[in-house]
Amino acid sequence: MKLNRLIAITRKEIVQIWRDPRSLLIVFLMPAMLMALMGYGISLDQKNVPTCVFDREGSQQSQDLLKQFQASPYFRIAMVSGDYASLVQAINDGKCSLGLVIPNDFAEQLHKGGTVDVQGIVDATDDNTANLIFGYADAMIAGYSADVQLEYFQSRGHTTVNPPVSVQARTWFNEDLDSSNFIVPGVVVIVMAVIGTFLTSLTVAREWERGTMEQLISTPVTPLEVTVGKLIPYFVLGLVDTAFCEAIAVLWFQVPFRGGIAMMVVASALFLAVVLLLGYWISAATKSQLAASQFSLVLTFLPAFLLSGFAFPIDQMPVAVQAITYLTPARYYLSLVKIIFLKGPGLGPLIPQLFALALFATIIGRMALRSFRKTL
Amino acid sequence: MENSVLVRDLVKRFGSFTAVDRVSFETQPGEVFGFLGPNGSGKSTTIRILCGLLHPTSGHAEVAGLDVTRSAELIRRRIGYMSQKFSLYNDLTVIENLRFYGGLYDVVGRQLEDRIEWALTMAGLVGRENSLTATLSGGWKQRLALGCAVLHRPPIIFLDEPTSGVDPVSRRRFWELIQELSADGVTVFVTTHYMDEAEYCNRLALIYRGRLVALGTPTELKRGSVNGELLMIEASPLGRALEVVKTVEGVRDAAVFGNALHLVVADGDAAMKAVRAAMDSDGIQVRRLDRIRPSLEDAFVALTSGDREKNGAVAA
Repeated sequence: MKLNRLIAITRKEIVQIWRDPRSLLIVFLMPAMLMALMGYGISLDQKNVPTCVFDREGSQQSQDLLKQFQASPYFRIAMVSGDYASLVQAINDGKCSLGLVIPNDFAEQLHKGGTVDVQGIVDATDDNTANLIFGYADAMIAGYSADVQLEYFQSRGHTTVNPPVSVQARTWFNEDLDSSNFIVPGVVVIVMAVIGTFLTSLTVAREWERGTMEQLISTPVTPLEVTVGKLIPYFVLGLVDTAFCEAIAVLWFQVPFRGGIAMMVVASALFLAVVLLLGYWISAATKSQLAASQFSLVLTFLPAFLLSGFAFPIDQMPVAVQAITYLTPARYYLSLVKIIFLKGPGLGPLIPQLFALALFATIIGRMALRSFRKTL
Repeated sequence: MENSVLVRDLVKRFGSFTAVDRVSFETQPGEVFGFLGPNGSGKSTTIRILCGLLHPTSGHAEVAGLDVTRSAELIRRRIGYMSQKFSLYNDLTVIENLRFYGGLYDVVGRQLEDRIEWALTMAGLVGRENSLTATLSGGWKQRLALGCAVLHRPPIIFLDEPTSGVDPVSRRRFWELIQELSADGVTVFVTTHYMDEAEYCNRLALIYRGRLVALGTPTELKRGSVNGELLMIEASPLGRALEVVKTVEGVRDAAVFGNALHLVVADGDAAMKAVRAAMDSDGIQVRRLDRIRPSLEDAFVALTSGDREKNGAVAA
C-alpha cells in the first residue's frame, strides 16, 4: 500500500462528495427524516384510547368508575351513548377502540357485596393494541374493585385491609416504561445500516457507469488502496452521522444516555465498517448504480427492521428465523446500542457483540476486495 | 526492450465472437505505431489486452519486455493509457485531475509540479487550472487526458482513438504532440479509423474483422497493396457505372470512393480506353477519368476486398 496513492484516492473522493450536494443531503437530511418518522410514528404505548361508554344505570357508583377512566392518561371518554346500538356503531366506525357497558344493577350488586360484570368491547383488528387496551382496562377495573372492597370492609369495622399478595415491580433501565427509550436507539441502528450501505453502494458503480474506472484501473493503484482510500471519507461522514442521530435521540427524544461515549464510538465504528464495506461490495459486484442502491436497501433495511430484534423480539421467533438473525449485523449493533444507551458502563456484556461485528467486517471486507477487479 | 510491444498469435474471444484473431506484430522503439481499422475490428480489444485490462484467450503479448498476463501490474507502471471514451473526472478541476493521477503514479513533490506545469503548457490549459473539467471543450479534454497519461514519463503510451469527436484543428495539434513524444523516445501505440491520421504513423497495422491484414509504413502499404495501376472515374449515375466497369476487361477491382469510383487495372492506358468506350455505349456520362496515386484508403480496400466479397459486403 502506497501512501501517496491512498491520499490521492481519498482526496479525490472528498472533493467529489463535497461537489455533489445530494450525498450531503443523504448524510444529514435522510437520518433526520427517518428519525422523526420512525421515532414518532412507531410507538408501542397506547395513550388516550378513545372510549365509548354506555351507562345503563347512571348511579353515583357507575359514574365513579367512569371518572377513573376519564382521569387516566390511557383513556379518553370520546363518546357517551344512550343505547347499545350506537356504541356498537362507534366501534364499527373506528371512532372508539373500547366500549364499556355498565349494567343497570351495578350499584345494587355492589351494595349487596355480590359480583357485577362490566362489559368491555375491544376493537381487536390490531391484536397487539387490543391486548394493551384490555390490560389497561382490566387494571383500572381491578383498582376500582379493590377500593370497593376496602370501603366494604371498613364499613364493617375493619380498620385496614391489605391484599394478601402483591407484586412490587421495579422496572430497570427503562424506569418509565417509555417505549421511545426502546425504539429510538433502534431507529438509530436502522438509519445507520441504511445510510451507511447506501453511501458506498454508489461509489464504485458510478465510476464504471461514467467510464472513469477504465482509466483508474490502468494505473498501478491496488484494489486495497482504492477500497481503503474510498472508504475513509465515508467512514468519517458515517461517524459524524451516528453522532448526529444519537444527538437527536438524546436531545430531542430525551432518551437517557448512560454508557460511555468511547464505547459507543468503538461499537459504531465497527458497525460502520461492516455496512460501508457491504455497500462497497455490492457496488463493485453490480457495477450499476441503480442495481446497487436497490440491493443495498433490501439487504439492509429489511433485516435491520425485521431481524435485528427491533420490531420483533428475537427469542420469540421460530428457531430457523432466529438462526438467520445471527447473520444480521444490525442485531449485534442494536444490542450494543441499547445496552450503551440504557444500561450504562461495563464492557463485559458488549464483548461478544463487538467480536461478531469485527468478524463481519473482516469477512465482508475480504469479499469486497475480491470483487474489485482490475480488468474490464 | 523497455519501450517495445511484441504480440504473437494473440486471440481474444467473447463467447462465439472472435474479436482478435491470431494477431502478431512488434513495435520498434520510439516509433508511432498505428492500428488502423473500422469500428469493431478489434483495435480497442487489442489495446486493452496490452494494458492488462483484458485477459487474452490465447497467444502471447509482451509490453516493455513483460508478459501481459503474468506481469500486468509491473506493466501498468511503465505505460500510459488513454481510453476511447473520455475518462477523467468531470467533477474535478483540471489541476485536481492532474494531481490525482500524479498521486496514483507516485509522482511527487518538485517532480510533480514540473510535470503538471509541462502538462498544462502542452494542453494549452495554463490559466484554466481551476476550471471544472466538464466545462472544457473536446480538444482540451483530450490533451488533458494525454497529460494525465504521461505524467510519470512512461516509455510506452497507448492511445485508443484519441481524436474521435475532436475538431480538425485540435486533431492536428494532438498529432503534433504525439510526434513530440515519439521524438523523445516514447513508443506511441495509437488506434484510429481516420485514414488521414494514419499517414502520421511511422508504421501501420491494418486490422479488419479481428485479423491483421497488412503491416508496414504508409508508403509501403500504398505501393504494395494495389495490384496494378489505379484509376479514378467520376460518372453518373454512379451505381450503374460501377456495374458496367466491373464487366470491362482488365479491371481487377472497383469500389466507390465518395462521389467517384476507384479502379484497379492491369494496364492504365488500355483500361482507360476500354472504360470510356463501355461508359459511352451504356450512355453513362463521364466527367473525369484519371490515373491516380493510391491512398491508404485504396490500400485498405484492396487489402480487405477478399474478405468483403466473401461476406457479401459492398465496398463503401
